[in-house]
Formats: sequence, C-alpha cells, structure tokens
Amino acid sequence: MGLKQQQSHHHSVAVKVNEQMGTKRGYTFIQANRAWLPKFLLLWVMVMAFLSTWIYKKMDADNKVRRKEVLSSMCDQRARMLQDQFSVSVNHVHALAILVSTFHYYKNPSAIDQETFAEYTARTAFERPLLSGVAYAERVINSEREKFERQHGWTIKTMEKEPSPIRDEYAPVIFSQETVSYIESLDMMSGEEDRENILRARATGKAVLTSPFRLLGSHHLGVVLTFPVYKSKLPPTPTVEERIEATAGYLGGAFDVESLVENLLGQLAGNQEILVNVYDVTNPSDPLIMYGHQNQDGDLALLHESKLDFGDPFRRHQMICRYHQKAPTSWTALTTAFLFFVICLLVGYILYGAAIHIVKVEDDFHEMQELKVRAEAADVAKSQQFLATVSHEIRTPMNGILGMLALLLDTDLSSTQRDYAQTAQVCGKALITLINEVLDRAKIEAGKLELETVPFNLRSILDDVLSLFSEKSRNKDVELAVFVSDKVPAMVKGDPGRFRQIITNLVGNSVKFTERGHIFVKVHLAENAKPMVDAKGETCLNGGSDEGLLISGARQFKTLSGYEAADERNSWDSFKHLVADEESRYDASINMTVADEASENVTLMVSVEDTGIGIPLIAQDRVFMPFMQADSSTSRNYGGTGIGLSITKCLVELMGGHISFISRPQVGSTFSFTAVFGRCRKVPYSDAKKSNAEDLPSGFRGLKAIVVDGKPVRAAVTRYHLKRLGILVEVASSVKIAASACGKNGSSCGSKIQPDIILVEKDSWLSGEDGSLSFRMMDWKQNGHVFKLPKMTLLATNITNAELEKAKAAGFADTTIMKPMRASMVAACLHQVLGIGKKRQAGKDMPNGSSVLQSLLCGKKILVVDDNMVNRRVAAGALKKFGAAVECAESGKAALKLLQLPHSFDACFMDIQMPEMDGFEATRRIRKMESQANEQMNGGLDEGSARKGEWHVPILAMTADVIHATYDECLKCGMDGYVSKPFEEENLYQAVAKFFIAKPISDS
Amino acid sequence: MLGLGADRLRADMNRLLAFLFHQGILDEQYLQLQQLQDESSPNFVSEVVNIYFHESEKLLRNLRSLLMDREFSDYKKMGIHLNQFMGSSSSIGAKRVRNVCVAFRAASEQNNRAGCLRALELLEHEYCFLKNKLHELFQIEQQRVLAAGVRYPMQN
Repeated sequence: MGLKQQQSHHHSVAVKVNEQMGTKRGYTFIQANRAWLPKFLLLWVMVMAFLSTWIYKKMDADNKVRRKEVLSSMCDQRARMLQDQFSVSVNHVHALAILVSTFHYYKNPSAIDQETFAEYTARTAFERPLLSGVAYAERVINSEREKFERQHGWTIKTMEKEPSPIRDEYAPVIFSQETVSYIESLDMMSGEEDRENILRARATGKAVLTSPFRLLGSHHLGVVLTFPVYKSKLPPTPTVEERIEATAGYLGGAFDVESLVENLLGQLAGNQEILVNVYDVTNPSDPLIMYGHQNQDGDLALLHESKLDFGDPFRRHQMICRYHQKAPTSWTALTTAFLFFVICLLVGYILYGAAIHIVKVEDDFHEMQELKVRAEAADVAKSQQFLATVSHEIRTPMNGILGMLALLLDTDLSSTQRDYAQTAQVCGKALITLINEVLDRAKIEAGKLELETVPFNLRSILDDVLSLFSEKSRNKDVELAVFVSDKVPAMVKGDPGRFRQIITNLVGNSVKFTERGHIFVKVHLAENAKPMVDAKGETCLNGGSDEGLLISGARQFKTLSGYEAADERNSWDSFKHLVADEESRYDASINMTVADEASENVTLMVSVEDTGIGIPLIAQDRVFMPFMQADSSTSRNYGGTGIGLSITKCLVELMGGHISFISRPQVGSTFSFTAVFGRCRKVPYSDAKKSNAEDLPSGFRGLKAIVVDGKPVRAAVTRYHLKRLGILVEVASSVKIAASACGKNGSSCGSKIQPDIILVEKDSWLSGEDGSLSFRMMDWKQNGHVFKLPKMTLLATNITNAELEKAKAAGFADTTIMKPMRASMVAACLHQVLGIGKKRQAGKDMPNGSSVLQSLLCGKKILVVDDNMVNRRVAAGALKKFGAAVECAESGKAALKLLQLPHSFDACFMDIQMPEMDGFEATRRIRKMESQANEQMNGGLDEGSARKGEWHVPILAMTADVIHATYDECLKCGMDGYVSKPFEEENLYQAVAKFFIAKPISDS
Repeated sequence: MLGLGADRLRADMNRLLAFLFHQGILDEQYLQLQQLQDESSPNFVSEVVNIYFHESEKLLRNLRSLLMDREFSDYKKMGIHLNQFMGSSSSIGAKRVRNVCVAFRAASEQNNRAGCLRALELLEHEYCFLKNKLHELFQIEQQRVLAAGVRYPMQN
C-alpha cells in the first residue's frame, strides 16, 4: 500500500511538475508530450481504478476478519455458557445422587419415598434448568426381582410399558420428578442407550451422557445424564468390580438440549444473526446433531467451532456457529473505494483539462505571436513600401526643383534673389540626401540591403572619397590624409559602394566637425591591432615624456598635424611600430604571408581620426541611434540629420564587423571599425604592387625620392602614396638632413640613393628656410658627375600665392602637390614636374567606355545603310566620333553594290525598315553572295591568301524596337547582332566588341 | 560683346534647352547628338538638323498631298512616310513630333481619314514649333561661338 501510494503520489507530483515546467518554459514538456496527454489520463485512470479496487479488497478483508472474530467470540461465549449451565446441572444431579444414597440407603428405613423425592426435586428444579426431569432407578438383580416387585406392588416394565422379561439385572425407576413421572417403574436397562449409559456410569462412577436422541415426552432432541449411586462407601481407589458391586442405583436426568440451548441463546444478544449447532462428535466420522437443523442454510463460508466439555470424558461435543446471513456487502468499503476512485478521476481529469488548456493557450499564444510577427512584418513592409513610394515621389519633383534652381541660378539675378535661390538649392539638396538616407535606413531595417561581393581596390576607393572632401578640407585648412598598410591586399572582395558609403559618412562627419588640425583615415589588418596596443603600453611605461614636444609654447603632439587626437593610437609612437613591423614582415617572413594567404577572409581595421569638436560625454552613448545628434544646436550649426552614423553602424555590422569610437570633447574623435572582406585569389599577395600599378601609371617605378617632413606620421602617409607609384622613398625629418644626405650621396657616387625628386612639406620648408638656401647653394656638378638635378616639389594643404612665389624663388617646381594626396593626383603632379609619360597618361585619363570603343572602332571602315538621311547622318557621326571611317548607303540595293566582293568594309550597320529592300532581305543577299565567293575561293586556294578565312562581314541591325522576336529574326537572316537606335555608347560597345579586337590607340 | 556675353548666351541657351526638355519637345537623344559634335565636325548638330528639316518638309508635303487626294486610299505609303518621319525625329530627339507621328500612324493604320487629317494638322504645328525653337537655339549658339571666339589669355 505504502509503495502504491508513493507511486500514485509520485505520479501526481510529476504531473504538477510538468505543469509548472510547462508554464515556465513556454512549450517544453506539456507541448512536447501533447500527444501523450490522453494516454497519461488513461494510465492515471487505470492506476486509480486498480488502487481503488485494492482499497476495497483491503477493507473487505478487514471486515471479514472482524466478522470472524465476532463470530468466534460469540460462539465461544455461548459454548462456555452452555458448558457452565450444564456442569451446574450435573453438579446438582451429583448432589441429588449423594442425597439419595444418604437418605435412601444409609438410613434404614429409607427416609425418602416417591413423594419426598418428587417434592424435593420439584422444589429444587430451578437448580437444574437444563434438566427436564430427574429420576432414580434402583439396581435390581433378577434374584431380587420378586422381592422388589412385592415391596413396591408393581412389576418392572420395559420402555414399551410392558412387563419386563427376565434379565440379569433391572433398573426400574422408583423415584421420579413429577415432570417425568411417566417413567416410573420402567426399566432403564431396557432402553439401549440407557443401559449402555448405566453400565458406563457405574463403571466409572461419574456422570455419563448418552448420545442425543428423541426424548420420550417432548420429542425434543436430548441426552440423558446418568449418575451412579453407591450403597456403601467406596475405597479411595475402587476397581471397576468394586464399583459395580457397590452400585445401588442410578440417578438419571434428561437434558432437553434443544430447548435448553434455545433458552440460553434467547438470553443472549445477537441471537438472531447467529446460527448455532451443537454436535456430538464422539464418533468424528458421524457427528450427531444435538441442536439445530442439519440442513439449515446460513453463511456456509464462515463457521466457528467451539469445544464443549460436558464432563463426560467418553463423549465429545462441539458447538458450531455461523452467521444467519451471508456477510453483507461492505458498503463502507465500496463507497470509500468508489469515492476515492471518483476523486482521483476528477483530479486526473482536472489535470488533464489543465494540461489541455495550457497546450491550447500556448498554441494560441504562438499563433498570436506568429500573427503578430506577420502583422508587424506586414506593417513594416507597408511602411517600407510607403516610404519607398513616397520617397520616390518626392525625389522626382525634387529633381525638377533642383534642376530648375540650377537653371535659375544661371540667369541674371539680383544678389538677394541669388541668395534665395541658392538657399533653396542647398535645402533641396539636403532634403534629397535625407530622403536617400532614410531610404537606405529603411532598406537596412527591412533586411533588403544585400551586400555585393565583387573585387575592388580599396586604396583607390579611399582616394576617391578623400578627393570628394579635398575641396572642403582645403578651404578649412584641415589636413586630410589616408594611409593603408602594405599588408592589406590590393584587391579585396566586398561591396565597394557600401564601403565607400561608410568611409564617406565618417569622413564627412569629421570634415563637418573639424575646424583645425587633421583628418586621418588609416586602414590596416585587424591582427595588427595587438602590437599597437603593446606599443601603447610601452609608451606609457616610458612615462610619455616624449609625447609632447614644446614648440612655440604649445604642446605639440606627434600626430599627423601635431594637434592632439582623442585616441593616441595614431600618434607616431605607436604608428612607427606598425610601419616598422610591416617592413620587417614584408621583407622577411614569407611564412607569415603564407599563413595570411591561407585564410579566406581578411579583417580590416579602419580608423578615422579627427581633431574636431568631439562628442559631448553625455551624447556619446546615443551616437549610433538614428536621428540623435549630440544636441539640437548641432544640427543648427552643422546641418545633417544624424541618421548617417546609424546607417554606418548597420553597414559595418552587415560587413561582419563592429564600430566604436573614442572621443574627447574639444580634442577630437576617432571612429574605428572592423570589416571582413574576402581575399581575391586571382591576385596573389606578392603581386600586390603589380595590380596597384594597373590603375596607376607605372612610369615612376624605380625613381627615388626624399620626403622632408618633420612629422613622422605625415611622412609615412606621403611615403605610402609614393610607394604605391613604385617610388623608393627616404624620409628626412628636416631639410638639412635631406641636404646632407644628398650631398653625401653625391660624393660617394650615389652608392645609396640618388634622389630624382625631393618632396618638401610646406611646414618643414617654412620652418627651415635656411636649409632651402643650402639646397640652392649645393653644387651638384662639383664632383665631376653629371647629375640630373633632383626636382624639388612642395607638399601643401593650402598655399597662398605669396608663398607660391616664394617657393618658386627658392627653386621649387611650379607644381605644388596639394593635399590630400592621392596616388593618381600625385602621379599627375609628378608628371608635370618630371615631364614624363604625359601622353600615355592623357590617354589613360579618358573615360573608360569611350576609350575602349575608340580602340575598337579606330581605323575601321564601316558601312551604314539607312534610307533615312537624318538617321544615316547621326549614325555616321557617332561612329566617326570613335574614329571609324564611315561610308553611307541609302538603300539595300546601294549597300549590295558597295558590298560586292572584294570590298574593304569591316562592318555594316543595317537599318531594318527600308522601302523596296528591307534590312533582312539585303542581309540575306549579302550572305548569299559571300557564300558563293567562299566556295570559289576554296576552289582556288592561292587567292584566299590575301584574306585569311572566309568572307563574312559583320552585319549589325539598327532597330528602334528591341523586341526579342526582332532579334531572333535578325539572327535568322544572317545578321550578327543589333544595336538599338538611337545609338548608346554601351549598347554599341557590346555589339561591336564581339567582332573587333581592340587596337592600341597609340597605333592610330 | 567683350566675351562676357558668352556666359550670358550660354545661360540663355541652357534656359531654352531646359524649356524644350521640360515641355517634352526634345529628349536625351538631342544631347547625344550634341556630344557627337567636336573639333572634327564642329557643325554636326546643325548639319543633321538641317537635313532633318529638309527631309521632314518633303515628307510633310507628301503626306499632305496624299491626304488631300480625293480618292485617297494609299494608307500604306503614308505609313512608310510616317516611319521615316518617326525614325528621323527620334534620331534628333524630337520627342513630341515623334509622338504625334505615332498617333498619326495609328490613325492611318485604322484608315481613319479624319484622324489622319487632325494628326497632320498637329504634326505640322509641332514641326513648325520645333523648327522655330531649334532655329532660335542655333542662333544663340552661333552668337555664343562668336562671343567665345573672343579669347583672353587665361591665367592658370
């Protein structure tokens, strides 16, 4: 039971725990086992049914035990009482026997006669409740019979009331109680049972009982008790013979057991429910019933036997009790079990219901959540759609407004009007920018912004961005510089547009908020960050004594411009580690390179440092939140919406990096971000220079230059740009050192470096003007070698005319390299200074498409066939522009004539819609002609040597409609392609590129 | 005309061009045409436009005579003329003329004589308008070239 209870307890606890878990953790357990819930319920019900059955059985068994106990106790009680009563009666009979022996035999003459006996026994009958009556029979031997009969005046009769036949002995009743007076004079020995009884009694000297039989008078079942009466006193241990000898008579009494027991039971409580049988079991195989009905129905299942000892050792009796009725159904047990079951059932059902409810609620919840997400998505999508539409709708008229404003500004306006118009234009531009940014942001939020993965040149993008801001920065006299670590691959894979956007945003911000000092963009591999931090720590350990130099009373920092920056990482102390580290690695460790190569991606760290107004501390934590500017006055002073940085952050995160910044108010800010780019497999790392040189003129390779700059960071930037051009660079911190270096070289025959060019930073020049004199004084030819004088060029962010004049006077070249430096710009300036490779450069400068087209079409002879004179003229003009020699034909027939073989046309542009003979027909005929010619040519091989291969003039259709079907028809009739009318450069290029191999322009 | 006028003339020209663009009389093709004009063919645009005028007047005449004919039936020929007109118009970027041509052609394909007549009226009107405007433009251009011819040594 205990185990079972525990089990069930455990079960319910488990369910509870399940529920708790279910509610706590969303849909873990209950949801996961939802299919099992009905099974759980069934199991629960079954377990409970089993349990309640068990309870019922247990209680029932208890009841039975109790019932049995009750029965046995009742039975024993009855048996004991019966036995007691019986022994009391027996005792009294004993006493009567003694009375008879005393007064009948010891007294002479007898003191007792029938009358006395009858009276006495009648008056003492209460003492013998069990006996219906007592009688005394005298022992009469046959020899004495006559004497006896005479004495009493009657003959001895048998039980059948007839005169007794002659026997050895007789036991005629002489005294009898009135209740049994009918047995007087009857010979007790004539009855079988009585005789046996008598014989046994006198042999033992004790009260003996007969087996039960029907009594004479009442016809009740009864037994006869017989007690011997002795004449004389017996010896202490008499033998059987002595006893028989001494026997005088027998006192007998009939026990009416039936009425006796009935009487007795009637006195006891619970008489009705119990059924009592009394048996004589002297012969165990054949129990004789003394009381009760043999075939009485009752509860046969349960009976109790009690031993009865009536004082006769020869006879055995027993009492058997049973219940009248079968054990009543145990309603208590049944109800208890049933109620238990019902309660458990209900509990189970409640739990089940709860679980089902939980499941349902959770399901609903998830459904709702999904719906919510969908609704939100729909909402977002709708708003995005709205935004996109509205933005577009705004943009279109805004373009009109801006265009008109631009035109308006071209007209004659008064200064006020012009001012108004300009203001309107500025506002319009700001609005367009805002709309674009909002669109961008919306796109990013909608997750629709996908980054491209195309190879691009990071350095040239940085150059482009810088050139965008060069005008602004120059106006503000802010130095703008970029430095890309050599270890950054020349070509990386990524989204150039977005990268440009990020850089533009950051640099744009910096430019906006910086009034003095510098803006410095630096790109290096993210792994390089570590040595720099170490370097920083080193600087700190050194006590930072060399950090600031006192120059003209102000603290001078070793940053790009000398102004303090928020983040010292870009100051020379750490920067030189980077540069030095780079060089050593670049030269020595190939392993490193290999290791770098191995990884698919390259993580770049880009930092944009400025010395602007910085970001107030309180505003620093919401810099990246959209529409949050440092404070409201910011937008008043500087404009902008504050959305740029949040877009930047999103973009950086899309690129797999993160953005952070360090800012100190009034000192400056440094934004740095990392971004992951793919490596370009095509361009091996070792060829970085070569690929660099592809978009940069290579005419400077191997040139040597000295950069004179007091500020090492700036010198490193200059060096970086020159290096990209393939120029070997030495850095000198002042003019004097440079001069001495040159001088030394001059004397030692250029063993180390013979500079072709000396680049002098304006600041250095101004601070060391004497040095420049020493330059001029130097006589390069004095050593007998004819050196080319090194060209001297000034580097400046901003230069006044006066300064320029002065510089010219000092011997600098006319061209000043204006900062911010870009490799291509530097190259252009150096071209001017050095006067080399100018022509090629000019060629290279042409816009990409047209230059290629030019190279394709240059010198080609092209036939244009069109019936429309205007179209003809325009097509011819367009083709001529790209250097082709054009001939025109105004109809298909004319074209056929011109294309009679052999001809010298390289291509034919054919209009399709022409009267008489349209383009298709003309082409078909031309092709037919050509195939005939080819056959002939194959016949005479030697003729074909002039023109290798077959005749096949490329024919391109010119058509205004570019439906695909038209195109198919073009191909079908033997044309090679088509160009849409009117000509578009790109379209033309695509069509033409298939047939012509580009010829270098220089050939023309 | 001290060279200062050049800028003003350029502005005038821009204004006129902007107007023509805004009204949808010209489209980008005209700009393309302008781009084709360089040192090697300095009068390319006016040359082409003059050819266009010449051709167009011929075509307009033909169209009118075709339509005026009493027992007029040759819609096919008219279609050819219109195709020509359309092609040349789109080549110089005369957008509105071209659009009218499209409508005209649609009417002619439906043999809708009244529609054709209306379209012809409209076409002539548009053509005249275009012609006037382009003449105006060329005049300004000419003046500008003259003005620009007055060069002063520039200081670099």
